[in-house]
Amino acid sequence: MAADESYPDELKYHREHDWARIEGDTATLGITWYAQDALGEIVHFEPPDQGGSLAKDESYGEVESVKAVSDLISPLSGEIAEVNQAVVDAPETINEDPYGEGWLVKIRLSDPGEVDDLLDAEAYRQLLDEQ
Amino acid sequence: MQTLRRTPLYERHAALGARLVPFAGWEMPVQYTSIVAEHRAVRTSAGVFDVSHMGQLQLAGEGARDYLQSRLSNDLDRIGAGEAQYTLLTNDRGGIVDDLIAYRRGDDDYLLIVNASNVEHDHAALDEMDDVSADWALLAVQGPQALDRLGIDVAPFTFREDDVLGVRCLVAGTGYTGERGCELGCSPDDAAGLWDAILEQGIVPCGLGARDTLRLEVCYPLHGNDISPERTPIEAGLGWACALEKEFTGVDVLRREKEVGPEEKLVAFVMEEKAIPRQGMRIAEGGEVTSGSLSPMLDRGIGLGYVRGELADAGTDLTIDVRGRPRTAKVVKKPIYKREEA
Repeated sequence: MAADESYPDELKYHREHDWARIEGDTATLGITWYAQDALGEIVHFEPPDQGGSLAKDESYGEVESVKAVSDLISPLSGEIAEVNQAVVDAPETINEDPYGEGWLVKIRLSDPGEVDDLLDAEAYRQLLDEQ
Repeated sequence: MQTLRRTPLYERHAALGARLVPFAGWEMPVQYTSIVAEHRAVRTSAGVFDVSHMGQLQLAGEGARDYLQSRLSNDLDRIGAGEAQYTLLTNDRGGIVDDLIAYRRGDDDYLLIVNASNVEHDHAALDEMDDVSADWALLAVQGPQALDRLGIDVAPFTFREDDVLGVRCLVAGTGYTGERGCELGCSPDDAAGLWDAILEQGIVPCGLGARDTLRLEVCYPLHGNDISPERTPIEAGLGWACALEKEFTGVDVLRREKEVGPEEKLVAFVMEEKAIPRQGMRIAEGGEVTSGSLSPMLDRGIGLGYVRGELADAGTDLTIDVRGRPRTAKVVKKPIYKREEA
């Protein structure tokens, strides 16, 4: 069952439709409701290698629907702390709960100052309205 | 920019919230809810597809049989009036201009249903035929419960005129999903009423996305992906639809190719690792993926592709280049998906 459209206020957003939940010097990353809706039913999550690192604005993995492939763009730089193996095994979780059980990776931030470049929920909603 | 054409059911698709995409010059529904759900509906119960974008050519009158017999690959005399056959239109290099179904209405009376993207090419090669595509709407009702829900029966590759849910139709035991079912041809004016009556039977509206995954699971080639004017029926494994003992366009090339064996063959494969093959991906051992997707029934990546003849046997390991990542696959016997017999 697909989730209803929402963009939680406590998250930060990247223009490429990725979100980050910042907790101290770690962040949890995922894709927004808009991104999962545009893709349709997600059937594959190609995760980054455990122990690797992510660079802000660069691709760190892929999600695929039956018809399309989409790059995952990292909103922030950091070392990978954890990959959500449950989503690797059941990628449709991203459609069902994009901000909860459908998170993708956790990282340790290498440059917490980058957070200032991200959009808040209101600015991200505005971006969607303009599209 | 060319304006996209719309079928008589466009308003119905829009009202159902379908995702509409350009396909072969038409604005067509790719999905209504989910490709996977629509696919499973056709495998387990029944689904309906609007395929009114497909083309219809007809020819009736003395000499019609001789004309088509000398231009289509299959032997028209294998079917009688009220029967249909899968056949190919070939060029003088033996390449596949189109794949189509020929419906024999009488000794010298034929209807061809062809791919939407090839209507003009087909008509150019079959210039004595009339393009009557605008006179037809076409609905495919497919799945193990399709015929029961419609309250009709029709044997595979037969057809007749009949009333279906109160609408006069050409009822044909054909389809593109590997399931039992039918295709219903009717007047464009009757299409919306027939569509509504079909949905009232609990038949699930399905888009072109599911149509593509369904045909891929049963290894029906898609023209433009798996077969093309640059590929021959012998390479594509469609020699069974070519009557090489008769004369038709390009038959000399095909006879020679059959004798020496094709350099490349179209094979079906299943991914051994979690990955989804896609059209255009390289096969490391030599070759290219021509169709790829996730199989909703197997929950694994599946595909079709051309490889050298010696790599075409079932069980052969292949390596697919998935955007720079090598992923292993195994050649399997066609079809990839087959219903388990009860």
